[in-house]
Amino acid sequence: MAITEVKQTSPSQAAASSAGQQFQIEAKTLDLFYGDFQALHGINLDISQKQITALIGPSGCGKSTFLRTLNRMNDLVKGVSIKGEVRIGGENIYDKNVNVVELRKKVGMVFQKPNPFPMSIFDNIAYGPRAHGIKKKSQLTEIVERSLRQAALWEEVKDRLHSSALGLSGGQQQRLCIARVLAVEPEIVLMDEPTSALDPLATLKVEELVNELKQSYTIVIVTHNMQQAARISDITSFFLNGKIVETDVTSKIFTNPTHKQTEDYITGKFG
Amino acid sequence: MNRILEEKIVKVFLFITAITAVFSVLLIGVFVFMEGMPIFLKYGITDVLFGPVWNPSSGVYGIWPMIVGTIYVTLIAILIGAPMGLGVAVYLVEIANKRIAKLIVPAVELLAGIPSVVYGLFGMFAVRSIIAELERGPLADYLPSNYQTGYSVLTAGIILAIMILPTIINISLDALKAVPREYKEGSLALGVSHWQTIYKVLVPAAKSGIITAIILGVGRALGETMAVIMVIGNTPLVPVLDWTGLFAPARSLTANIALEMGYAGPEHQQALFATGIVLFVFIIVLNSLTTLLVRRKGRK
Repeated sequence: MAITEVKQTSPSQAAASSAGQQFQIEAKTLDLFYGDFQALHGINLDISQKQITALIGPSGCGKSTFLRTLNRMNDLVKGVSIKGEVRIGGENIYDKNVNVVELRKKVGMVFQKPNPFPMSIFDNIAYGPRAHGIKKKSQLTEIVERSLRQAALWEEVKDRLHSSALGLSGGQQQRLCIARVLAVEPEIVLMDEPTSALDPLATLKVEELVNELKQSYTIVIVTHNMQQAARISDITSFFLNGKIVETDVTSKIFTNPTHKQTEDYITGKFG
Repeated sequence: MNRILEEKIVKVFLFITAITAVFSVLLIGVFVFMEGMPIFLKYGITDVLFGPVWNPSSGVYGIWPMIVGTIYVTLIAILIGAPMGLGVAVYLVEIANKRIAKLIVPAVELLAGIPSVVYGLFGMFAVRSIIAELERGPLADYLPSNYQTGYSVLTAGIILAIMILPTIINISLDALKAVPREYKEGSLALGVSHWQTIYKVLVPAAKSGIITAIILGVGRALGETMAVIMVIGNTPLVPVLDWTGLFAPARSLTANIALEMGYAGPEHQQALFATGIVLFVFIIVLNSLTTLLVRRKGRK
C-alpha cells in the first residue's frame, strides 16, 4: 500500500515540496501542432526550481519541441500552433500580453551546436547585456568576467578576450554560449542536447558546469545520452511519440521505472 | 568516329570560347589605351586629369569636370540606393511573409530588366520636374539663377539609385540568407529583440556580401550612360562641392564620350578615348576591390 501511495504523488511534486519550493515551470495539457501534424499531446510537466530536469526519449519524440515551447522559440517556426498553457512563475507565457523578449531574458537557452557570434569573446558575452541597455565599460567588463568564471572558461580565455570566439574549440565555444546566457542573468536555462557536438572530455566539462549551475539556476536539459541524464539530473522525464510516458526521480527511472516502455528504452531495446 | 579525337575537338573549342573573353578585355583595354594615351602625352597627365576646362573646339581637354561629376552622381546614387536596397533585402529575409515576398521579388527583377532609356524618360519627366519645381520655388533664393531646369546631379543620382537597387538587393539578399540560422536563434534566445538582432548580428555577419553588393552597385552607376545623359544636363563644368552643387547640371565620363564621339575630329577623339581610360581605371579598381573582398571572405 505504501508503495502505491508514493506512486500517486507526482515525484517531482514530492521533490519540490521536500525542498519547500514552488514549481517554477508548469506545463498543462499542452498540445503543439506543426500545421496538421500534432507533435505534442497533452503534456503535463511540473519543473521545480534549482533542479536539473532531463528530458529523454528517441529522436522525434517531441522533447526538443517541448523544450522550445518554454521560451517560445517555436514562435519562429511557421505554422506552429499551441493549445494548453505553460506557466512560468505562475504566469501563462502564451497569454496575449506576454512580452516574448522579456520572457527569453528570463529563460535562457543553449543550443545543440555551439553558436557563438562572429565577434570577439568579450563582445559575445557583452552582447546580451549591451542589448539590454548596459553601456558602462566597467560594468560590462565585470559581467564578462563573472559570466566566464561561472562557465569555468575564464582561466582559458582571459588573455585573449578580444580575439574571435570562432577560434575556440568546440567545447570552449559551448561553454562560451553558456556564459553568454548567464550574462543576462536568467532564472531558467534550457539546454537542447548541449554536448551532442562535443568530444567526451569537453562533454565532461560541460556536465560538471551544469552541475555547478544548479546552485543558482533551474535547468531543463534535453539529451540523447542516457548516461548523461543519469549522471546529472534530479528528475527525468521520458518522452515517446509526443507524450510523456513517465516523469520521476532520476535514480528511480534508471533503476526501477514504472512503465514497461521506459524500461525498454533505457535498456536499449529501441531508440 | 574517333571518340578521343571528338573529345579533343570539344575541349579545344571550349577553350577558344573561354579565351575569347580574356582576349576581348585585353583587346578593348589595349585599344582604348593606345587611342587615348597620345592626349596624356601631349598635354601632360595632370593637365588632362585635373584640367577644369573641357573645350575641344579650342583644344583644351580637361577631364576633371567629368571625373567630379561622375563621382558626385555615383556617391548620391549609393547614399540613396544602398540603404534602400539593404532595407528591402532585410525586409525580404526577415520580415515579409510569403505573399508580400511574392509581390516584391518579381518587381525587383522587373526593375533590373527595364532598359536604361526608359529610366531616362522617367527621370526626365517625373523626377526632373519635381527638382525643377524645387529650384524655381522654395530654393530659388539660394541657388544660382541658371539652375532652373531640373537637369542636375541630384536628378541623375536619384535615377541611378533606383537603377542600382536590383543589384544591391539581390546580392545583399543572398548574403543575408547565408547567415547561419543559429546566430538569429542564439540572439533571440538571449531576450534580444528582432530589430536588435538584425542590426547587431545578422547585418554584421553578412557584411562582406553587403559591401560587395555596394561595390557592384557603384560599378553599375559609374558605367551607366543613357539614363544619365537624359537627366544630368551635360554641362562640362565642375559642380560646386556644397549642397547647391546637387542642383547643378554636370556631365559624367560616360556621357562625355557618348555625346561627342559622333562629330569629334582626330585629336578630340583621342581626348574622348582618354576619358575612356579614366573610366576603365575606375572599373578595374572596383573589380579588384570586389575580388579582394571575396578572397578574404573565402579565407575566413
